[in-house]
Amino acid sequence: MLGALLVTTTASAALEIEISGGSAQQIPIAIVPFGQAANVNQLDISSIIGADLRRSGLFRVLETGGVVSRPTDTAQIKYAEWAALQAQAMAVGNIEVLPGNRLKITFKLADVLKQTQLAGMEYNITPSQFRTTAHKIADVIYQKLTGEAGIFASRIAYINKAKGRYALQVADADGVNPQTVVSSNEPIISPAWSPDGTKLAYVSFEKKKPIIFIQSLMTGQRTVLANFKGNNSAPAWSPDGSKLAIVLTYGANSQIYTINANGTGLKPLTKSSAIDTEPTWSPDAKWIYFSSDRGGKPQIYKVSSLGGDAERVTFEGANNLSPRFSPDGKFLAMIRSDGGSYRVALQDLTSGQGQLLSEGGQDESPSFAPNGRVILYATRIGGRGALAAVSADGRVKQRLSESGGDVREPAWGPLLN
Amino acid sequence: MKNLMFNKKLLSCLVIALVLTACKSTPMVDKPAPVEDRSTATQTAPKAVEPATTSVDTSGVKEVAIDSSATTGDNPLKDPNNILSKRNIYFDFDSDTVKAEYRPIIEAHAKYLLAHSNAKMILQGNTDERGTREYNLALGQRRAVSVKKSFNLLGVKDNQIETVSFGEEKATPNCADEACHQANRRVDIAYENE
Repeated sequence: MLGALLVTTTASAALEIEISGGSAQQIPIAIVPFGQAANVNQLDISSIIGADLRRSGLFRVLETGGVVSRPTDTAQIKYAEWAALQAQAMAVGNIEVLPGNRLKITFKLADVLKQTQLAGMEYNITPSQFRTTAHKIADVIYQKLTGEAGIFASRIAYINKAKGRYALQVADADGVNPQTVVSSNEPIISPAWSPDGTKLAYVSFEKKKPIIFIQSLMTGQRTVLANFKGNNSAPAWSPDGSKLAIVLTYGANSQIYTINANGTGLKPLTKSSAIDTEPTWSPDAKWIYFSSDRGGKPQIYKVSSLGGDAERVTFEGANNLSPRFSPDGKFLAMIRSDGGSYRVALQDLTSGQGQLLSEGGQDESPSFAPNGRVILYATRIGGRGALAAVSADGRVKQRLSESGGDVREPAWGPLLN
Repeated sequence: MKNLMFNKKLLSCLVIALVLTACKSTPMVDKPAPVEDRSTATQTAPKAVEPATTSVDTSGVKEVAIDSSATTGDNPLKDPNNILSKRNIYFDFDSDTVKAEYRPIIEAHAKYLLAHSNAKMILQGNTDERGTREYNLALGQRRAVSVKKSFNLLGVKDNQIETVSFGEEKATPNCADEACHQANRRVDIAYENE
């Protein structure tokens, strides 16, 4: 019974992932199939963990089929067998069924060369937490072996247009387990995660004009954040989640305002006769960066989050749009166009140097992974929207596409603990 | 970031075909999700003609379905023999200039608005699909504002006009030629309650 239950939690996959490229120095790791009782044998936790690590481009996941032994704990490891596979690290574990329809998953990470344990975890979970637990284990491995936070247990949001209907969906970072947050027969754009990951702000055209909503993921409760005369769009949360920068028009051009997350305290931030839009907060909350055509073609500008004069930030590229900060505040991802093509560019805010990271013609909506290693963005494949990701060093590329769907407007959610 | 280099040689190419099996169960619930209005403008709860559904899946996401209700009925503005049924104003690339050929349409609608002080017009700006969605929303708005100014010059007050933008959201996708892009660069004239 339990086995059957578990299968359903692993089966609602929709985005297909294709990876190309990789880091020059990949860590060779063996993920030994976890030990498990007969009634849970449909589960393949080791392949979920392995796929996560492989997708990062930083690991070479070794084929373990040729090794006879199947250790489930570090005490059982015959290190010589795994050293012969060239493994530097290995993961072992066990899945046990507990009374009350729960599972106990134990996991150990070992250094094959030093023959020592690097990490050990035990999870007591419901069957529905199985995939998330697999991602958490991959996060532990990633963190122990690279020294950086893992992002496999985080989630992404995006808009999926299918059969004329728009759905704001949330999926695991590997594209599996998509769930619809809200759907409409009118467009939905610009999803933005609250910093605590519990809410999404987004723009819905359900009233034949853009209105900003905030919706709780847990309860589904929707509140109107901004429904003023004209357009209400481009919501961007402040780093502490207390405010949002938004774009309003009334009867004129798009301008940036700040508003408390509860809809009070509306204040104008920019005052120009040009277009000012696509606001985003610096991680230290001091600045709001935005796109504006006040100098002719759209470029990125910054203004103090308390208001004042704006200052131009980008000078490379004929058009720069959609600024997004790396989590450490040192880099700015954006969309750059020098002619026909719109591509993801990354600018070092210290040196001012820039680099194109994508090769599409209509790439949009860059969004940093919460550890800053990867930038997720929207691209077009065969006339349809798809998601793609590129590592911040440009080496590893991924494409995520949904069969039959038209996917756009990705936003990578925060790390949750 | 000096050593940011593309590794154009594909070291490995791997396709992970994830199992695509739909076994999500979505029981019906009989109440749509509540909507609280915290903005200063008045707003009614969206009419959900489809019941909200919720998934038994566990990651704690509750699904909401929206359907906007389009009301139709007799409307003299839609008499195909009347110039008032003409509702589209097209623009050149990267331009918000209202071309002279649209003056008769704008004059006719201005006359209608001046004669019907309760009528409210909505000018809906649109763009082609090149560029980012939010920036295109702003470009569509600029076109709507440009048309609004033409109405203002004919004596129509702002309280009878709302300018909004759909950006590229209503654009014909995957345009192969300039004529297709041109058709997307327009302001549509609509009236409240149409």
